[in-house]
Amino acid sequence: MTDLECVFAGFGGQGVMMMGQLLTYAAGMVEGKKVSYMPSYGPEMRGGTANCTVVIAAESVGSPVVTDPDAAVVMNQPSLEKFEPTVREGGVLIVNSSLIGLKAKRNDIRVVYVPANEIAVELGNDRVANMVALGALVEATEVVKLDSIVESLKKALPPHRHNLIPLNKTALDRGAEIVRRHAKEQVKD
Amino acid sequence: MSVKVFERPKALSDVIFHYCPGCTHGVIHRLVAEAIDELGVQGKTIGVASVGCSVLAYNYFNVDFQQAAHGRAPAVATGIKRCLPDRTVFTYQGDGDLASIGTAEIVHAAMRGENITVIFVNNAIYGMTGGQMAPTTLIGQSTTTSPGGRKPERAGRPIRMSEMLSQLEGAAYIARVSTHNAAQVARAKQAIKKAFQAQADKKGFAMVEVLSTCPTNWGMTPREALKWLEENMLPVYPLGELKTEPGLPEPSAVKTTVPTREVKTE
Amino acid sequence: MAEQILMKGNEAIAEAAIRAGCRFFAGYPITPQNEIPEYMAKRLFEVGGTFIQAESEVSAINMVYGAAGAGTRAMTSSSSPGISLKQEGISYMAGAELPALVVNMVRAGPGLGGIQPAQGDYFQATKGGGHGDYRLLVFVPASVQETIDLAGQAFELAERYRNPVMILGDAVLGQMMEPVVLPEPADLAKIPQKTWATTGTGGTRRPNVINSLYLDAELCEKHNYKLQEKYRQMAEREVRYEEIGLDDAEIVLTAYGTSARVAISAMKRARSEGIKVGMIRPITAWPFPYEPFRKTSERVKAFLDIEMSAGQMIEDVRLAVQDRAPIFFFNRMGGMVPTPKAVLEEIRRIDHSVKGDKLGGRLGV
Repeated sequence: MTDLECVFAGFGGQGVMMMGQLLTYAAGMVEGKKVSYMPSYGPEMRGGTANCTVVIAAESVGSPVVTDPDAAVVMNQPSLEKFEPTVREGGVLIVNSSLIGLKAKRNDIRVVYVPANEIAVELGNDRVANMVALGALVEATEVVKLDSIVESLKKALPPHRHNLIPLNKTALDRGAEIVRRHAKEQVKD
Repeated sequence: MSVKVFERPKALSDVIFHYCPGCTHGVIHRLVAEAIDELGVQGKTIGVASVGCSVLAYNYFNVDFQQAAHGRAPAVATGIKRCLPDRTVFTYQGDGDLASIGTAEIVHAAMRGENITVIFVNNAIYGMTGGQMAPTTLIGQSTTTSPGGRKPERAGRPIRMSEMLSQLEGAAYIARVSTHNAAQVARAKQAIKKAFQAQADKKGFAMVEVLSTCPTNWGMTPREALKWLEENMLPVYPLGELKTEPGLPEPSAVKTTVPTREVKTE
Repeated sequence: MAEQILMKGNEAIAEAAIRAGCRFFAGYPITPQNEIPEYMAKRLFEVGGTFIQAESEVSAINMVYGAAGAGTRAMTSSSSPGISLKQEGISYMAGAELPALVVNMVRAGPGLGGIQPAQGDYFQATKGGGHGDYRLLVFVPASVQETIDLAGQAFELAERYRNPVMILGDAVLGQMMEPVVLPEPADLAKIPQKTWATTGTGGTRRPNVINSLYLDAELCEKHNYKLQEKYRQMAEREVRYEEIGLDDAEIVLTAYGTSARVAISAMKRARSEGIKVGMIRPITAWPFPYEPFRKTSERVKAFLDIEMSAGQMIEDVRLAVQDRAPIFFFNRMGGMVPTPKAVLEEIRRIDHSVKGDKLGGRLGV
């Protein structure tokens, strides 16, 4: 897939904007695609849910504002409720099952449940839950290479935090792995 | 052989003022020009004219000038001074301009301690627009918009800008002077010069409030107007230096002999 | 080629202005453009410039007036309600012929409106805003890169015409991030000297006066004629627009800024369905590109104007197209951004309508 419209959503502090920015950086700066990143802003950012949209295109990006994305990553329940109905038919929904007990209602999209926080805790740092989810998204959409995300981390993190890159890479891989396993299960079904 | 004992200051242009007979703007212009001459800053001075009777000030001073929107002179002066910190920048504003529509601009320029000189001409009325009530109009003073006299219950009480601004830490020099007689004019000159000197010494915000007359709109002869100023404005607007930051010249030169009666607060 | 970096629209506009030689910024906080003053507060002092958080929007524009009059490349930015407050100063600057950059990252109105993106300030930007007969050169960029490019040229053009230039963006443009290439910083020594600026006479010349007051009506009329001649020259030389796929187009979309981005998405989808859609995207809202509309109107079946307003630019489109082709209109307001899907549906409807037109179908608005 080269063109992708993707929404990331969750509570403020879950690293939702970071996911979007890393994907933007990977697509635009590492892989040379056209890309736009649009954050939500204003009072809705103060303590409530935060979301951002990334549009990736081979040629040119049209609207940076998206109402029916190809993919959505929802990190909390309000985000699931808000964005599940918007995903385009045949699209992808990554659900952070660590914090969302509900199941998605749609059956015309691919839903992957990723226990992002549990995996992150297992890896020793709850804050990489967003990387687990991002790894899942990248694997499910194949919009960029996982390596490009790792490359982007080098730019996004200040040098004294580069020691965290291996941890982040592991988190991305764990997320991707869940999607691969999910794909095999689908085939079995 | 003749000896020249009096001449036009170099910083004053050789044109005829448009001011009404008896108006003290002309005197105050001259004092400002003399201060500029004496400090030798004519070539690096930029004035900011306001809106009011002194709107045409840029025609009268032989220095670079910017004409500001009503009340905005301190903001315009801020822009100039910040870009050209080694120049001498002054505003020349009336009481409608500075104490009414431009209250925010003057307060915040003083708060920031902008290193500018403000000449604030207070004649207790709107002159150019035809004698309307100003925030500085005295209680009982009749104007076209306070017929029968300013009533506090309808229009509040006179605003004392110098007292107000002297509370701000950014203000380095604040003085109130008058033009009602020659001795006061001489003191006014000293205060104006100090306010320019404060800028040269990079002390921060300096303002001289100059009490002035408006014979035309007060409905008086020039002589009556000067007397009215002395008798009615001085009690409300006491003269003297309200603020002199350490390092400024001694305040003695501007000490007034006029009794500064206590202001009634009722 | 210079390195590509990822930048937010608001920050990009600030950096581009600094690189173009902007050394003075005064502003007041208002969403959704706060990243501009915040960026300036950090960066301007690094390059020896001045940042002031003014006590009000009114003060901010007047500080810019003073700084520009002193010969410095100066700018301010705000969003709709703040730009309304600045109109007095903008009119004075136009009257006193002062160059400066004013950025409006438009949000919803009227009144306090909302903080989401809108395009309801088109009339204000292009038809006046403040009092008196004056014009601003108004750029309406549609991407972060274009914002950078236009901010870079804004000061040069402002100085060439001695007139304020406005960048009319919107909240989307200010908030979104895109990969961009920044220009090299301008050589300040090469910026033409401003002989009219108030920098002090130095005792060597007659005083310069920055002024918009002409009490003598004859002189004031003369001044106005001079300004109008300048605007005529600007209208002649500075029109900018982009044409996309007009060669075989039957339906021509027109939109600026964020609406244009939405329109491009809709156009792509419509083309994939076989509907021949093209686009005229104004890059200057004033002067408006009347000519491409006039030319195109003689051979296309319909125009579709898309705006995040009740219909403001459409008045210019009508002036250009007149009755040579039907003009349809699609809009959202109040901070809502039209979706490509909704625009596509409108295109389909128009496509049916213009095809049925020969059979007496409905005409556009």
